[in-house]
Amino acid sequence: MSEGFLEVAHLSVAHLSVALGGRSVLNDVTMTVRAGEFVVVVGPNGAGKTTLLRAVAGLLPASGEVLIAGVPLAKLSLRERARTIGYLPQGHVFHWPLTVFDIVALGRLPRGAGADLSEADRAAVTRAMEQTGTAEFGARAVTTLSGGERARVAMARVLAMEVPLILADEPTASLDLRHQIAVIDILRRHASSFGTVVAVLHDLALAARHADRIVVIDGGRIVADGPPREVLTAERLAETFGVRADVTEARGAPLILPWALSDSR
Amino acid sequence: MAAEGRGQRDALLVATLAIVVVVLFAGSLAVGPVFLSAAEVVEGLFGRGSNATNIIAGEIRLPRALLALLIGGSLGLSGAALQGLLRNPLAAPDLFGAPSAAAFGAVTVISFGLVDALSFALPVAAIAGALISVALLILVAGPRASLLVLILAGLAVASLAGAGTSLALNLAPNPFAALEIAFWLLGSLEDRSMRHVLIALPFVAVGAILLLWDRRAFRALTLGEEAAASLGFDLRWVRVRVVAGTAAAVGAGVAVAGSIGFIGLVAPHLVRPFVGYDPGRLLLPAALSGAALLLAADIAVRLIPSPNEINVGVLTSLIGASFFIVLILRRRTDLTGAST
Repeated sequence: MSEGFLEVAHLSVAHLSVALGGRSVLNDVTMTVRAGEFVVVVGPNGAGKTTLLRAVAGLLPASGEVLIAGVPLAKLSLRERARTIGYLPQGHVFHWPLTVFDIVALGRLPRGAGADLSEADRAAVTRAMEQTGTAEFGARAVTTLSGGERARVAMARVLAMEVPLILADEPTASLDLRHQIAVIDILRRHASSFGTVVAVLHDLALAARHADRIVVIDGGRIVADGPPREVLTAERLAETFGVRADVTEARGAPLILPWALSDSR
Repeated sequence: MAAEGRGQRDALLVATLAIVVVVLFAGSLAVGPVFLSAAEVVEGLFGRGSNATNIIAGEIRLPRALLALLIGGSLGLSGAALQGLLRNPLAAPDLFGAPSAAAFGAVTVISFGLVDALSFALPVAAIAGALISVALLILVAGPRASLLVLILAGLAVASLAGAGTSLALNLAPNPFAALEIAFWLLGSLEDRSMRHVLIALPFVAVGAILLLWDRRAFRALTLGEEAAASLGFDLRWVRVRVVAGTAAAVGAGVAVAGSIGFIGLVAPHLVRPFVGYDPGRLLLPAALSGAALLLAADIAVRLIPSPNEINVGVLTSLIGASFFIVLILRRRTDLTGAST
């Protein structure tokens, strides 16, 4: 990989707190993600999942410490951060009708890409587009794509950055079943090859099946952190999500069937 | 792939636009109430012609053409930069009330007799006015403002500046002061001297450097502010540079030529499809397109038969405002509430 690349993407977050508009949104969050791990953050709406990702990406003023491969985030320049952390915001917004290729190439900006791309840039863009199945519509304007296609283009843009740590906020929202699994596979592969992935997901079944670890956030605090089987229990679902759910097994992973509101929330 | 030879294509576009600008610049030197042949114009420019040709070519037409080039170029550039920053093709200094506020700044110092009309204090006052208006707007708009909020905020700022100018008109000590003020409302390039060019030039140059600075950030902003920030761009400084650059470019123009509307809105649109809608590659072509537009408009006002010469600001506003209506019609769905 190119210089500036931190080989070991060990992420450690210590006592991270964020207050927005005088209100505490994230409260004393401490967690560690080892290189090669695929960690999924779940929690009810407004729990602070997005805030956690943004704080780890250095996009929010936060107290506490974020260490990437042992280096404090605050010590990295903006460009070094952009060569280490790929942040995929939710929504997949594109403001100008650039071609899909040009959008994916934006992921090369931290490597100094200009109007004309270097060979390395071009190779990274092509690879990212092939991995996400977006190469076939590379010349189309991104604004003409369907929601699912846009989500994959957004994913490709982050992959093209070739960063060790990917923070993805609801990467599977608005995708059909096939593409949900495809995107999760891409993230899994990233984790297993050289990187680290922290993704926010709403789909607990998807999270349970694919995550190495699940972090449950509620009210700005981590309320559970561990392998899917230990974390996603009926009690936890009642307490945190306010639903009564059956948790069974299917294909070696917990299968969650929520069926009613619980009284505990 | 789509990206093949983009640098070359851009260079070709810039070269083509530059030729158009040069032709129009020559046209601007050639057109006027007195007919001069090409040879006479050239002689006049170098002070080698008759007394009359020297004055007409070198002291009347040349400053006029230079100002059209400078002001048109900086308006096109600031429009493209604002559109890039706000990720919105309807953004333009005019819609944010920047020229009105700059005019108010200029009028205030003039009408109270603080400085004379050929001083560097004039652009400074105009720039201060424009700075306040653009900064106010970016502040009101916030990071995720909808198009509607932007345009309403712009309307409010423009109205406020307009009311201030009317007040100055109201309180004008004498009819001459009132006339001076009216001059700033109707932009014109008629009867300008090299002195005007020299007053505007440094501010336009500084503004242009500030606006050209962030082309990579404008590209990244295609993905929204958060993604752009995560790609390593410090958006606070991008905002500061665009606000300051726009204020300098617009303020300098208004200080010497009055308010010339809508070039900043129209110019980027004409060239955007040729750069693949890339807001970073748009900047230079938009500047050239703006220069070409203002040069062409300023030639047109000299050719359109009328009892008095039509002020070029009036012509650009007539054309530009109609264009604006067409744009709004095309983007009606965005304007009905969806945030962009």
